[in-house]
Amino acid sequence: MARLVVHSELIDDFEELAALCPFGAIVMGPKGATVDERCRMCLVCTKRSEGRITLEEDAKGPAEGWDGIAVFAETEGGRLHPVGLELLGKAAEMAARSRQKVLAVAVGHGLEDAAEELRHYGTARVVLYDDPAFADYRVDSYTSALFDFVRIYRPGTVLVGATPLGRSLAPRLAARLRTGLTADCTVLDMLEDGSLIQTRPAFGGNIMATIRTPAHRPQMATVRYKVMDMPARRAKATGEIIRASVTDRMRGSGIEVLEVRPKEKVVDLTEADAIVVAGRGLKSQADMALIGRLADALNAQVAATRPLIEAGWQDPRRQIGLSGRTVKPRLIITCGVSGSVQFAAGMRGSGKIVAINSDANASIFDIAHLGIVGDLYEVVPRLTDMIEDGRAI
Amino acid sequence: MKICVCIKQVPGSSKVDIDERTGVLKRSGAEAKLNPYDLYTVETALRIKEMLKGTTVTVTALSMGPPQAKEALEEAYMMGADVMVLMSDRRFAGSDCLATSYALSQGIEYLGGFDLVITGKQTTDGDTAQVGPELAEMLGMPSVANVAKVLSAGKDSLTVEYDMPESVNVAKIALPCLISVDKGRYSPRLPSYRRKRGMADAPFLTLTADMLHDKDASHYGLDGSPTQVERIFPPEASNDRTLFKGSAEEAADFIYKGLSAEKLV
Repeated sequence: MARLVVHSELIDDFEELAALCPFGAIVMGPKGATVDERCRMCLVCTKRSEGRITLEEDAKGPAEGWDGIAVFAETEGGRLHPVGLELLGKAAEMAARSRQKVLAVAVGHGLEDAAEELRHYGTARVVLYDDPAFADYRVDSYTSALFDFVRIYRPGTVLVGATPLGRSLAPRLAARLRTGLTADCTVLDMLEDGSLIQTRPAFGGNIMATIRTPAHRPQMATVRYKVMDMPARRAKATGEIIRASVTDRMRGSGIEVLEVRPKEKVVDLTEADAIVVAGRGLKSQADMALIGRLADALNAQVAATRPLIEAGWQDPRRQIGLSGRTVKPRLIITCGVSGSVQFAAGMRGSGKIVAINSDANASIFDIAHLGIVGDLYEVVPRLTDMIEDGRAI
Repeated sequence: MKICVCIKQVPGSSKVDIDERTGVLKRSGAEAKLNPYDLYTVETALRIKEMLKGTTVTVTALSMGPPQAKEALEEAYMMGADVMVLMSDRRFAGSDCLATSYALSQGIEYLGGFDLVITGKQTTDGDTAQVGPELAEMLGMPSVANVAKVLSAGKDSLTVEYDMPESVNVAKIALPCLISVDKGRYSPRLPSYRRKRGMADAPFLTLTADMLHDKDASHYGLDGSPTQVERIFPPEASNDRTLFKGSAEEAADFIYKGLSAEKLV
């Protein structure tokens, strides 16, 4: 049982100890100092209190008999989503370090071409759940197929693309397996013993966390599209294609898809070459025109941060960040964006990051290649003019 | 129809810094608010209730958190929820997504089960969007995410419109089921002042771990969480960067030259 234990006998200055907790959870109770329900288990107190507060837990051994890194290769209408290939690239790199095999698993109908392609990305096996019942995505039925896959192949790690489909499928699978799942990892690494080291923004603030799944297998993680690099396609195909047998239990679902209406093609931020982002430094919706003019001059797309989307100033499809899109353009110019980790996680892979912000301490300047401390209302129009004129002053 | 809306109280500000010298987390202000996505969760439940006028529909707002999280439930009550239930216990602290959804599933069992469970798209503090689907799995219910609109509600099924990357789909889901709603077509109603004044008489229940069917403490909180935070650290800064301060003219010129040099304009 893991819990925080306060060693009252070691406490000389209660106020000093209480001040360690960012959530104010260290309190004086009737029987001395204790930790109350405000505790978020951030464990800062165990690291800073010099033994006055410790974490007591039972030893749990890592699970045996789980081997291999599996990637869920998402398909729609038999076409592969590129995030699966990006994850296979990452999996191959981690597999080499930990001496494991890479497996790809796909669920859908008419998967021949996708399977053939997956053989070119360093896979040892490509496992297909190919059946008319899987033509439409239904989360309960897809979960049953993947559960069957994990039960048979026992991979130590399962990676899923954090697409709208993956973001609903991975948690159901993790819950059925009663294992851990880390959402939207920005960095993945693996130790030689196969332990997955996952990094993502945490606590809803400007903080990153390294997360592990020490005692449960498989270790599961989702990763956004365009966070990992696309690997080179290998000329030589390796993966052995295995058609899994599909049972009625897997086909069963409480969901009946009645209608699929294709959306009209809208600008896809993830494919944009250049993006101009508006942040909270913008004073009114009318001022979006300033951003629009700069974007037009650059032949770029307009995007916005969460507060602006919540205020209804932009189409939600134009949101960058953990609750919006992840982008990797050649050029991104942020205007009045402070640069929360949630936002940065959605764009830090961009080729050239230019930031304009009046606050010299804004965290956006930690990741910007060109940072401008200045008023966007003065800088943006001048920059737009220069680009339109094609000249420097 | 019994409807349960799962909501969460989140920090009012995302400003959290780490003191570089001591490594201690600094959170500015203690203010908290209802997860903005949950306004749509509550609104969706109330729309369904209106859709089923003439039949008995109860909307229970369920949350897990410290005692102050009752404020989030009160907001749901002021919007029109009928009952407030707060799962609050020291033993729930440190829960990851799996432990959270397990505890919620136990709370739902205690409350006698529901025909429909509604969650928001995600919370603004965890940003994982995992608890909804995990809870559905624990409850053995079919689930649909990214629901934009409920088209019809019947005795045995719900018909919903939901967003997929390349299409808008319509599906019929068998009850009992769980839906995760997106900021779709509904704009959330404002809290009612009259309901606020009646708060003292509003049905409110606190659930602790001892009241749940599964009393094994190792299934909750940090113990029940397969994922463990090993280390927290400030995001690393990029090392090839220039910070420019000067007049607006100079700044614009500086950017323009920087972009021209790399053929970006």
